[in-house]
Amino acid sequence: MRVTDVAAFVGEYPYRELTHSSADWLIRQMDRVGIERAWVGYLPTLLHRDPAPSNARLHQEIASYPARLAAVPVVHPGLPRWEQDLNAAIEAGAPAVRAYPGYYALDACGPEMRVLAAAAAAAGLPIILTVKIEDLRQRHPLDVGTDLAASAVRNLMRSDSELRLLVTHADRSFVEEVHFGLTPRESERLLWDFSWIWGPPENHLALLLTTVGIERFTLGTGMPLRIPDSALAKLDLLDIADSERSKLLGGNLESWSALS
Amino acid sequence: MLIDVHAHFFTEFSGRSDWQTLNSARLQAGARIGITVHVASILGSWGARSPVYFPSPDDVARANDALIELMQDHPEIRGYCVVNPNFIEHAMSEIARRIDQGMIGIKLAASRRADDFLLDPIARLAGQRSVPILHHVWHHRRRDWPGQEASDAMELAHLAERHPETRFILAHLGGGGDWAHSLRVVRETPNVWIDLSGSGIDVDMLDRAFDLLGASRLLWGSDITMDTAWGKLRYLEASGATPAELDLIRCGNARQVFPGGAFQ
Repeated sequence: MRVTDVAAFVGEYPYRELTHSSADWLIRQMDRVGIERAWVGYLPTLLHRDPAPSNARLHQEIASYPARLAAVPVVHPGLPRWEQDLNAAIEAGAPAVRAYPGYYALDACGPEMRVLAAAAAAAGLPIILTVKIEDLRQRHPLDVGTDLAASAVRNLMRSDSELRLLVTHADRSFVEEVHFGLTPRESERLLWDFSWIWGPPENHLALLLTTVGIERFTLGTGMPLRIPDSALAKLDLLDIADSERSKLLGGNLESWSALS
Repeated sequence: MLIDVHAHFFTEFSGRSDWQTLNSARLQAGARIGITVHVASILGSWGARSPVYFPSPDDVARANDALIELMQDHPEIRGYCVVNPNFIEHAMSEIARRIDQGMIGIKLAASRRADDFLLDPIARLAGQRSVPILHHVWHHRRRDWPGQEASDAMELAHLAERHPETRFILAHLGGGGDWAHSLRVVRETPNVWIDLSGSGIDVDMLDRAFDLLGASRLLWGSDITMDTAWGKLRYLEASGATPAELDLIRCGNARQVFPGGAFQ
């Protein structure tokens, strides 16, 4: 099992100056906190009309660390010939693709996203959806990208029986609304990063590991927007066995990735 | 020593059947993190009988009573006296009484805008009794939000500038809103310290707070997410801060902000 962060980024953020945005910094943080591998997106793509050039830039940005950083390109299913971007991701060996329907002004479970879901599922490639990049209260006034809705996740999961979704930055209520709104078989194809789920004293994460099941969660940090330390502190505040901790740090991701 | 300057507890009147579990969870997590002192408040009835941010005088008094009991049962707990400034006579008498009973600070949440002159007697009394005011802040509040009359850093700064002899703590830099706005404000207001609590864990929030204000203006705290607080402490420990700077954030600044002997 390799400790893997599924929610890391490189590149500048459109809405504020980041103090760190490079692959070098990301690697230093990973080394510091014991993360071996990261699935990496490219932050500027969030607002780019065409993700293809940004996807190429992502590969360049992380090229020095092929054993540690895996590029997760973006696919915009509202664009002409978006299938080419999906194929490029497959050919490049991407572990998943990202989509930001809230920033494309697309219905997150509308026809474009459903076609993408079907194509990715047919190719055995998971899709990563992000509930929110930043807390609603702190966003730039011009950042009007909508949060992902729990209903969209439920409907996408039901739209294709082979689709695997990884949803990042969800909180307790979001996870519960989706999980208990799906059949157990549907939920098996869904993975959550736990970075936005509260630890003590409310102990939402401990509760969800019991009610939803430990197998459904994996490590994501949100670097370089967010510090990696909190996700790991959440684990240190849980009373779980080392074997369960290993699942959360990468074991569950490997099992879920092998579903295809 | 590690002092959490922004903690909360619950009571049997808080409208939550799990109130004892929550209190125990805070103390247990605190022990694991290494928290030496929890400086805490109870926000009235937490909405059960009057609104969280507009607590009635009865709920305020009952909450402060409960916190005094917790302080007696747990030597690692210190207390902020919660008041609603709209009931100013009650607030003033409550503050005087609770400080006499051992509380070491005043908690003002969002019952009245921070720059309202109604708060002046409270700020004056805090200065006279040498206790800080922890003030709830919505970072760069662009409009009113339901359920609270929240203040932002500029409004708190106006109060602080009128009372330079009083020490203020700007609550939860990670608690929501545009933290960069608050940092710009308090840079020029030396009697305001920043508490780092809240669920927000932005890398640049911590980096900029440290760069703009320096370690001497930062206080460590958790509010309602102790996991994020521990994460921020770990990040700061690895960020290149000197041991002396880390000691200021962990406890040294709190020793300066709170009354002498508060943490002995």
